Amino acid sequence: MKIINFMGQRKLAVVFSTVLLIAAIASLATRQLNWGLDFTGGTLVEVYYSDSANLNTIRDTLGQGGYEGAAVMSFGTEQDVLIRLPQGHSDKEGSALVSLLQDNYDGNVELRRIEFVGPQVGDELREQGGLAMLLALGLVMLYIAFRFQFKFAVGAVVALIHDVIITLGFFSITGMEFDLTVLAALLAVIGYSLNDTIVVSDRIRENFRKLRRSDPIEVINISLTETLGRTLVTSLTTLLVLLALALFGGEMINAFAIALIVGVGIGTYSSIYVAANTLIMMGVSKEDLIIPVKEGADQEDLTP
Amino acid sequence: MLNKYPLWKYLIVVFVLAIGLFYAAPNLYAPDPALQITGESSAQVIDDAILKRATDALEEAGIAHFGETIDPDGRNALVRLRDSEQQLTAQARVHRALGDGFIVALNLAETTPDWLSGLGGQPMKLGLDLSGGVHFKLEVDIDAATERRQEYYLNAVKRALREDRVRGFVSLDEQGNVVSQFRTEQLREQARAIIAENHPELYLDRVEEADTFRIVASMTEQTLREIAEYAVSQNLTTIRNRVNELGVSEPLVQRQGKNRIVVELPGIQDTAEAKRILGKVANLEFRLVANMDAPAADKQQFDYRSADRAGMSEWLERDVIITGEHVSNAAASFDQNGRPNVQISLDSEGGSLMSRATRHNVKRRMGVLFIERKYRTRYEMNEAGEEVAIQIPYDEKKLLTAPVIQSALGAQFQITGLDSPLESSELALMLRAGALAAPISFVEERTIGPSLGAENIRLGVKSVQYGLALVVLFMVVYYRVFGVFAVVALSFNLVMLVAMMSILGATLTLPGIAGIVLTVGMAVDANVLIFSRIREELNGGRSPQMAIHAGYDAALSTILDANITTLIVAVILYAVGTGPVKGFAVTLSVGILTSMFTAIIVTRAMVNLTYGGRKLKSLPIGGVNKA
Repeated sequence: MKIINFMGQRKLAVVFSTVLLIAAIASLATRQLNWGLDFTGGTLVEVYYSDSANLNTIRDTLGQGGYEGAAVMSFGTEQDVLIRLPQGHSDKEGSALVSLLQDNYDGNVELRRIEFVGPQVGDELREQGGLAMLLALGLVMLYIAFRFQFKFAVGAVVALIHDVIITLGFFSITGMEFDLTVLAALLAVIGYSLNDTIVVSDRIRENFRKLRRSDPIEVINISLTETLGRTLVTSLTTLLVLLALALFGGEMINAFAIALIVGVGIGTYSSIYVAANTLIMMGVSKEDLIIPVKEGADQEDLTP
Repeated sequence: MLNKYPLWKYLIVVFVLAIGLFYAAPNLYAPDPALQITGESSAQVIDDAILKRATDALEEAGIAHFGETIDPDGRNALVRLRDSEQQLTAQARVHRALGDGFIVALNLAETTPDWLSGLGGQPMKLGLDLSGGVHFKLEVDIDAATERRQEYYLNAVKRALREDRVRGFVSLDEQGNVVSQFRTEQLREQARAIIAENHPELYLDRVEEADTFRIVASMTEQTLREIAEYAVSQNLTTIRNRVNELGVSEPLVQRQGKNRIVVELPGIQDTAEAKRILGKVANLEFRLVANMDAPAADKQQFDYRSADRAGMSEWLERDVIITGEHVSNAAASFDQNGRPNVQISLDSEGGSLMSRATRHNVKRRMGVLFIERKYRTRYEMNEAGEEVAIQIPYDEKKLLTAPVIQSALGAQFQITGLDSPLESSELALMLRAGALAAPISFVEERTIGPSLGAENIRLGVKSVQYGLALVVLFMVVYYRVFGVFAVVALSFNLVMLVAMMSILGATLTLPGIAGIVLTVGMAVDANVLIFSRIREELNGGRSPQMAIHAGYDAALSTILDANITTLIVAVILYAVGTGPVKGFAVTLSVGILTSMFTAIIVTRAMVNLTYGGRKLKSLPIGGVNKA
């Protein structure tokens, strides 16, 4: 098999990742995220019109009815309408709003859902989400340090942070709504990208022990080439189902699917270029894996 | 290298798959739309006559129904309907026919055959986003509960010092600590001993300032935690009781975090109605039982609330000793002789009112009334000539118990002479439910219409199907026969996943379906790892049998590492997440576990069964260099 010189492009990869990261961080700093209702609090009403709905008429109706600042948009189809009221409206107003719309419309207005989130919930959720993310990163780092070696743990976590920031940046730049399901998707991205990174790291460790050659770049190139087929196939199958989810899953799950598609794409790239690159930068060598580390982490692997 | 499993391994695989199929099976039976009829009070028995009134009403309206059943204990009846579109009309008709006093709730009746449910088979529960319904999140105002306790300590300390004639000035400071000021150190030491004796749970600190001697009494962390704990659990109990009154088939009332309560009511659309009942004020009144010769203007007659004493009543005085807001706790307990009793604690004001009222009335009886706000339905024509239901509120007062006063009562007393621990715990529950708990407010509310729920199911199923089809196509083209093995294993993985979710009684939500879809994509990863390893080994010149063996062996540790780390993330998601995130975490973690079984053991069994123990020249796995 021809060894692909992945690491030959590693300088380019560093530049590419840095540009993406800077763009993501810059956008996050200036535009922030378009936080969804789960985080900002407020009221959201989804209604279904028996005929196609005229958004301007609805806006006028709501404006006259005393709901200033209501955002009206269509949701998926022409008949589905999403109305978002800012913070400050009480929890009782959702159903009143629906009857107001019905009174000003000849056909039938069907209530799909009302969501009211109080201000105290949103802040807590953001805190919790951040905490979950940090906890996940921390525990994963511990597990990899225990199963592999500290440098691999750093490599994996750098790749994860890279993926999370870029996916967040994607949501910030496109202005897509960041709700609770996207947060879940982000955590799933951590899981997925990790999966990828571990498969690659596993092979790097194996080859460091098996191959006579000790040039880390060469060993890593060989390992990446060997796992490339698997990396691509798994990413492909996952992307296939995510595509099905994004296309057929409906509006409520759309942002979730998109977040995962972006995350899986970036995760595949990062397990090749970011995790392995970090290993090289940290000067990984045969010695890191052959001599049992003081914690006795790799001992069971030495006697296969 | 023979690659053969011993027979018992095949049997275990077949056995596990059979169990999976069995427990996944109940999900194939679509539930019937149904109405559930319950009596509003526990004394109401549902009999055939009542059921007939309900079915007659349905027949009159031309609504098809079947399979009526009544519970063995006569607590509730179930009427199944043919058409879910008619469920709401049917509910209104039956409610109208039966009148107040009955709760008619929308329900989905399981159609799981007896032989399945007999062995514990049950379908997955659907989350609100799939079934439609209301979700509330309530917050308990713990600060208010703490403030009430501070007031209580202020009054208690004042009273204790007054009774022992220790002169000083007692007040609350800004932190809510009880500060007592005295002229001399001697007075302070006296006061300190008194406070410490009455309230050992308070932390006492001496402070000297501008020639006054002070004691600062503060609540310990422990006490504050207990107050919060009590406020939340009391509200939980109260809300559970009220939710039961709503007659929802499978309500969920759950504590979340420190001071939140989540209420989920599937099938309910009318949030206003639900909120009215959840926020309803229940209360208690303690009154003396009237003397025989009391004039009629001074007494009132009340019925007992419990089913055992249905039809019995007592005459009580009109004067109220105290109401429920003075009750700070009620707990079922036992006396020295092991007989059940209920311990009641009142706040200081309630305690002094109680002692004043009972001091001269020892050997008389005292009645405890439970007051509930209820609604009567009246039907009226509106301007458009349509019939509308109007709810008229009224207070229903029923007698809980009327024990004899054995001695003058204070802030702490007990009700004895109860028949069973069951009765005492029920009475304690009612007393707590009637007491005014810490105030609650709605912080989150979600309503999902039934049509959206049905659509979400449809879309979810559709995306699982398409996703699966794409993966199947790809795997078979790329890995040939081995791809077929992987696909069969994948289908079993879905069955096992559904079976596990059903056995665990987990709730399926829309993000849960997304988790399943993601599992479909990721579960093949293990097979991809194994198969690409086998290809490598074949390319490295090993014989097919050796390659199969080495492929499975070498891939195992990678698969374990990869899945365990993903599982760590899923568990964190479950622990930290709420609502939709939790649903996703559940299917993801269950999916990881089942996929390890199917992708490693089930495919190996299939491979061994097909190719094991034979001489092979090549393997139909694709992608092998012919050189």
